Amino acid sequence: MTSAAPERVDAPPPEADPAIAMPGLEASAAPRRRRATGDGPLARFARLVLPPVALFIVLVLLAELVVVAAGIPPFVLASPSAILDQLVQYAPQVLAATLATGLNALIGLVIGAVIGVLLAIAASLGRPVDGMLAPVVAAVAVVPIVALAPVFYTMFGSTSEVARILIASIAAFVPVFLNTLRGLRQVRPVHRDLMRSYAATPSQLTRLVTIPSALPHFFTGLRIASSLAVISALVAEYFGGPRQGLGSAITTAAASSAYARAWAFVIGAILLGLVFFVLTSLIERIASRHR
Amino acid sequence: MSSPSPSTPAPEQTGATGMAGTAPAGAATDAATEAVVARGVERVFAGAKGAEVTALTGIELTVRAGEFVSLIGPSGCGKSTLLRLIADLDTPTAGEIRVFGKTAAQARIDQSYGIAFQQAGLLPWRTVAANIELPLQLHGADGATRRARVAELLDLVGLADFAKHYPDQLSGGMQQRVAIARSLAEQPRLLLMDEPFGALDEMTRERMQTELLRIRAETGAAVVFVTHSIPEAVYLSDRVVVMSPRPGRITDEVDVRLGDAADRGEDLREDAAFFAGVTAVREALHGAESAPAAGAARGVDVR
Amino acid sequence: MTAAAITPRAKRAHRWRAVVWGVVGVLALAALWELYKLVGPADGWLVGAQEGVTGSGIRLLPRTSDQAMPHTWDMVARVIEPVTRAQGALPLGVVVLLAALTSLGIAALGWLVGVVVGFALALLMLGFRIAERAVLPFVILSQTVPLIALAPLIRNWGSRLEFGAFSWESWMSVVVIASYLAFFPVAVGALRGLQSPDAAHLDLMRSYAAGWWTTLFRLRMPASVPFLVPALRLAAANAVVGTVVAEISVGFTGGIGRLILETAVAASSDPAKPWAPILGAVLLGLVAAGFVALLAAFLSPFRRQETVA
Repeated sequence: MTSAAPERVDAPPPEADPAIAMPGLEASAAPRRRRATGDGPLARFARLVLPPVALFIVLVLLAELVVVAAGIPPFVLASPSAILDQLVQYAPQVLAATLATGLNALIGLVIGAVIGVLLAIAASLGRPVDGMLAPVVAAVAVVPIVALAPVFYTMFGSTSEVARILIASIAAFVPVFLNTLRGLRQVRPVHRDLMRSYAATPSQLTRLVTIPSALPHFFTGLRIASSLAVISALVAEYFGGPRQGLGSAITTAAASSAYARAWAFVIGAILLGLVFFVLTSLIERIASRHR
Repeated sequence: MSSPSPSTPAPEQTGATGMAGTAPAGAATDAATEAVVARGVERVFAGAKGAEVTALTGIELTVRAGEFVSLIGPSGCGKSTLLRLIADLDTPTAGEIRVFGKTAAQARIDQSYGIAFQQAGLLPWRTVAANIELPLQLHGADGATRRARVAELLDLVGLADFAKHYPDQLSGGMQQRVAIARSLAEQPRLLLMDEPFGALDEMTRERMQTELLRIRAETGAAVVFVTHSIPEAVYLSDRVVVMSPRPGRITDEVDVRLGDAADRGEDLREDAAFFAGVTAVREALHGAESAPAAGAARGVDVR
Repeated sequence: MTAAAITPRAKRAHRWRAVVWGVVGVLALAALWELYKLVGPADGWLVGAQEGVTGSGIRLLPRTSDQAMPHTWDMVARVIEPVTRAQGALPLGVVVLLAALTSLGIAALGWLVGVVVGFALALLMLGFRIAERAVLPFVILSQTVPLIALAPLIRNWGSRLEFGAFSWESWMSVVVIASYLAFFPVAVGALRGLQSPDAAHLDLMRSYAAGWWTTLFRLRMPASVPFLVPALRLAAANAVVGTVVAEISVGFTGGIGRLILETAVAASSDPAKPWAPILGAVLLGLVAAGFVALLAAFLSPFRRQETVA
């Protein structure tokens, strides 16, 4: 090998980054900017948080004004005040529905993540496994998994949550598998050479270098998978099954023209997604302290 | 002016005498005490569209126990490839390499050498102490032994205060010092170093060179040192091996007799003998460039 | 020494090998299905069922009967048979393909709208720092929340909205939902790409006294391609999912979403039927991904920068 310039430790080219390339979601922020001098933490926090919060408040006020003043019918947009009112009034139901859907998403996330890691390990070890899995998973990543919901209801019964959990698992499995596999393959050559120079056994290499290298990639995959699990668990409810989740509640409310109430449930769904995102981002941040 | 034949050593530099390293006189022919012996080593890579790239050809090299040998040459001359072959990180397509009388593979399994790479190659999730401890941990040393040795090595490289820091909190020079400490962890008799100071600025570089000499004086290890820098090669080595590319081969060897490692200090950089050594190596490099290798289809680039 | 460059022939061989392995993988899945049918418990695995209460308990493993799990060859055979027992009914495969094409058209339109709006928003955020700071967090967070939850709400626009001669059709609601889902990754990806040029390149343009728009067309847009292509792929996948789901929520009858639901509802009498529309949906996703891959191929000169130092 050449004794060329020092190694470039750049982020992977965006093309190759499964976080963006697959129907997972690239939820990281815009590229870093040079920090202005004399910028205290409070000033930075204000600059980061104030504009979106301000925009949100402005939008809500504007919506309220327009809906009330222009008399827009609620089926187009319910007024924020009505939504808030319904949210408060139906809080227990919103919470129950959120928990139901959230539980499905969580179980699906865990199952999908575990299987994703196991299969990624298998794929990194064996060419045939990798060869068969890679195209299949790539295909699964671009097709609407929720299309399987109705047949799953038939196979597993429409009175239990199994079908939805299965859909959420498949949705969570894809990004975890892709990202973990990538991480397992991304051991830096200099680390590989180092371990070889120590005549390290394969298990020592795996334990001390491969797994710690792969961990940050796994957590990226987990973060993406959490959003997908929530979305899939919710969407699966549109295809049938028990009526205790958020999706069913929204459809029911919309069908009975209680639009403000439907919006209240939508807010529950949004909050659920945010909670999952924040939790997995936190886990990712903690695990990536020293990269 | 050195002769182009690699088997005839250049005349000794004027004004500097003395033996290099701690090789016992008269035992030089004993194969078991020779750190590295390379005979007829060749490494050919398969290239695009079936073309072959000859990274190394006809390499004959002997490194005696305790000797400091630098490999110097322009990019593509195969010096890093040769180092990797010695370390058994790659296998020659022809010829053989013996390390302390054993095959390179056996030497690696027996952990007869320590290696320091160009990028420090520290594991980012381990503290400085844990990084130095890595080879000891891999080879089954118990906790007390490991801790004692790590403390010793941290003192040796002057980083005792940074034991609990992580690599990303250290400067480039400090990371390299950790890498060097790590390479010394098992007290190897042979050190292989691939441009370890390449990414550092000149001031840090000179400081690290002095450190390396001090460490070597204390441990008495043989060193094979790959570098781009002529002053660095002359300052550190007992012998400078000059290589040239296309195909990669040894074109010259310059004995640099600047005194014992222990005696070399910062003043040496101002010494007339030092400049003479630098001139000799530079001429050897330029001589290698203007004289095409036997059988080569075209001449090498003029730098 | 550098490694061998990958020749175009090697790349083609590699791709064919991937296809072959992929087919093997699909066949392996089918084999697994049949294996379970062969050796699995006939009644599946029911947990916590209560005596006399129908529909109680959680079924963790499906029944192996042909009704619950039709044979894979039955699924394939069903595609050729007519869709209903009515006179002159078309083969199921044809009906599925027609529905998939309809959905493809809707998804494509939704994708296009999403891409245009997304790119426009990215330009806005590029031009005005305050817009970026206020809007970008929303855009990023909105990718993590199930916006598809809004689908049932948009449904009702269909029956009520009318502006003079223009009346809102239900497929338009589907397009809105699909474009809504496609828009966010494009906005994020485009912004990142437009902001990606090195400071050195920006200084170069400045030294040529190039204005904002010139810099945009000559530097920022070409530089944004490596970031844009994955975003377009993600947007296409989102548009397809959005279309399929929205068709059900909105009640649009011509597309594959409705077909999936209808065939599933009648699954007890015709167990192999639901699998054909599913295959159609899979094909839909693959075609959408293929289209974006084709687009990426056209843009490939702009992606060489990914390997240049």
